[in-house]
Formats: sequence, C-alpha cells, structure tokens
Amino acid sequence: MRAPISDLPVAFEQASLRAGAVNIVSDLDLTLGAGSPTILFGPNGSGKTTLLRLAMGLVAPTSGRISWGGRAEPGERLAMVFQRPVMLRRTAAANVAYALRAHDDRRVAELLDRVGLAHVAGRPARKLSGGEQQRLALARALARDPEILFLDEPTASLDPAATKAVEDIVRAVAASGVKIVMATHDIGQARRLAGDVVFLARGRLVERAAAATFFTAPATPEAAAFLLGDLVI
Amino acid sequence: MPDGTSALQLVFGGDPALYAIVALSLYVSVCAVILAALVALPFGASLALTRFPGRAFVVVVLNAFMGLPPVVVGLSVYLLLSRSGPLGFLGVLFTPRAMIIAQALLVMPIIAALTCQTVEDLWLEYRDELTALRVTPARRVATLLWDARFSLVTTLLAGFGRAAAEVGTVMIVGGNIDGFTRTMTTAIALETSKGDLPLAMGLGLVLIALIIVVNALAWGARRIGEIRAG
Repeated sequence: MRAPISDLPVAFEQASLRAGAVNIVSDLDLTLGAGSPTILFGPNGSGKTTLLRLAMGLVAPTSGRISWGGRAEPGERLAMVFQRPVMLRRTAAANVAYALRAHDDRRVAELLDRVGLAHVAGRPARKLSGGEQQRLALARALARDPEILFLDEPTASLDPAATKAVEDIVRAVAASGVKIVMATHDIGQARRLAGDVVFLARGRLVERAAAATFFTAPATPEAAAFLLGDLVI
Repeated sequence: MPDGTSALQLVFGGDPALYAIVALSLYVSVCAVILAALVALPFGASLALTRFPGRAFVVVVLNAFMGLPPVVVGLSVYLLLSRSGPLGFLGVLFTPRAMIIAQALLVMPIIAALTCQTVEDLWLEYRDELTALRVTPARRVATLLWDARFSLVTTLLAGFGRAAAEVGTVMIVGGNIDGFTRTMTTAIALETSKGDLPLAMGLGLVLIALIIVVNALAWGARRIGEIRAG
C-alpha cells in the first residue's frame, strides 16, 4: 500500500547543524528530487553523514529549515541504511518482518530474495557476514516501501565482492523508481552509481553537478583536487 | 562450630520437612521475581526511553530503593495486609501469598533500576536505527527488552538472589509458621536462635547450593540463547 503523500523533494534551506561551537554542516541549500541516484561525495568529516541524518529527520537543524514534499515533518516513506546497521537479535527473516507495516511472510521471502539472502533467512542476523548484514539492512529498508532511500557509506568496510553485491542491489532499487541518496568517499563507487553528485567539504556544499560533468570537468578547485587524489581536508 | 557430619546428614538424609521448606522458599522467591518482573521490566525500559521533568528524581529514588531494608518492606506490607489495614479483607497475612507480595516489592526496584540501565545503554546503539524505522514508543520498549534479554537474565538473577536470601520481610509477613510459611532463611534464623547450629548450618548449605543451581541453570540458558541468536 502506498501512502498518498510524497516526501519528495527534500529541500534544505540555509540548514546548519551546530554542536557547541563547531559547525558540522553550514548553510546548506540543496534540493533532492526524484530521478537518478544522487551521490554525496567528499572526504571524511565533510558532513555527508550529518546531511543524511538531517534529511532522514533523525536530527533537526539548529538553524535554517528542511522540508519534505513541502511539509515541515518527514513522512513515512523514507528509509536509511547506516554504515554500521544494527542487527536486531533475531533471525534475518525476522529482521525484515520487523520493518514491515503488517505481517506478511511472502513479502519477507520476496525481500530476502531481492538481496540474495533467501538461503540465510533462518539464521540469526548477528551471525551473518558484514556484507550479508549490509544487504539485510537494505532488505529491511526496502520493507518500508520507501520513496527515498538514504545510504551512508554502506560498503565502507566491505570487500570488492560484497561491495559489488550491494551496488547491484542499489542499482536495481534505483531502476525501480526509488530515489537513492548515497554518501561515499570512494571515487570509483561515485562514478559507478552517480546520476548527479553533491560534493561536500568541511560541512559546506562545494559543488553540485551531473555526474558526467562533475567527473570530467569539476567546477571548483576542491573537487578537482579531490578527484585527482589530493588530500582535501 | 557445628558438627559437620550432622549437617551433611541432614542435607543428604532426605528429611521431608527440609524438602518442604526448600520447596516453599523456591516457590515464594520465584513467584516474587516473576511478579516483580511483570511490572519492573516494562517500567524500567520505559523510564530508560522517556524524558520528562523530574525523571532524574525518579531514577535516584529507584536506585536508592534497591537498598530498601527488608524489615521496612515487611512492616509496610504487614500494615497493609493486617486485619485493620486497607487490604486486610484479603486475609492473606501469614500466608505464602503475603510473602510473595512482600518479596516482589523488595526486588521490584532492583529489577527496574538494572533494566533501566541496560536498556538505556542498548538504546544508544539502537536509537538511529529504530528512529529511522519509525518504530512507535511502545514497540521500542518491547524491542529493547527482547534484544536485551540475555543481559536481563542477570538482572532477574540479581532479583532472585535478593529474594531468596532475605529474611526480614518473610519473617514479618509470613510469621515463620512451621510447615506453612517457614522458609530456608527464617528456619536458619530460628534454629540459630534456638542453638541448633548443625541444622542451621545444614539449611544454610542447602540455600547456597540452591542459589548456585538456579544461577547455573540461568547461565546455561543464557549461553544457549546467545549461541543461537548471536
């Protein structure tokens, strides 16, 4: 069942998050609308995770505002996969069932199949490998039938094979019409998945461009330096 | 020092009176812990997850009540249940039921305070995930209690230990009636004051053994659960 109201676009207007004297993100103006995956790109500590947490409604900006489909409160059809997802102490299948709005064994099986985990449905989620846990987190997020899926460096600690499995799922989810907003600091991954790129550094939005433009002709010196592999702090 | 041989004879001699005392002690303490847990687990978890004015006060009082003097709890329950008390019509004073109620009140703060702490710690780990999943407050409580179940076994054991070891409340509200409300601890106190130290020591050994067995069973259950659930 689809909720009638949409959370898109997610619009940041001069949104800042300050912790004590430190600005974690500053004066963000950004609109995330439907379409191809948006990759939040930038070095560690650039504010990618914080941007996702703000967009998910997990924290409120200390100044400025964020709206979801023109409303001040986030709706039901947002989902997020964390860098280190928490596996509930129960089976893989039960973890997916937990996120469903109504009990539905067929849907659980379908979702597990979608992320290639049908064969571990009955195993305790905490006993799964890192890659499997990340895919289970994806299935759990998809169980919410999201319109937007936020992903915070979901492959940061995974090997190439597990990374590919996650990227394949993300690509398939994007193709099914779900808006993907994913943070990464991996240039290869950004190239592979991005429709457009939001480049962040030191808590500020430095550049936003279509992927093709961003990777071939970055407009800002910070983005150019980062793409060349220079250390952008 | 008591004569060790006679204490051992008592323990291994299969005295039916002794077994009745052991059974009553177990029955009262286990019932008390179950009764207390039904209230204290959800209360402790809810307290961990909610913020309201005066919460710090509630937490401090709850922690302080972990050290409630058993005789004071016994006296309070005695006043409540006595013929002229507000619950006197129940007619349960000097019965095992009164002992269960009194012990439950005694261990409730222990279970609630430890649950609150355990759930608060787990919430730090789960907060973002459950918030992102838009889990309702009531379901958060249930989820955290379930996911903390292995740690909470220890919490329940702490409650059981307190209940099984105390003598003050059961003495006051149970009356230490032979064959009816006499427990291990009240019997030990009685036999000691009568000077029958071998019997007192024998009962003491049985009580300690009993507590070890209960803890061993709980530890085993916890390990099996952890191995299965990860």
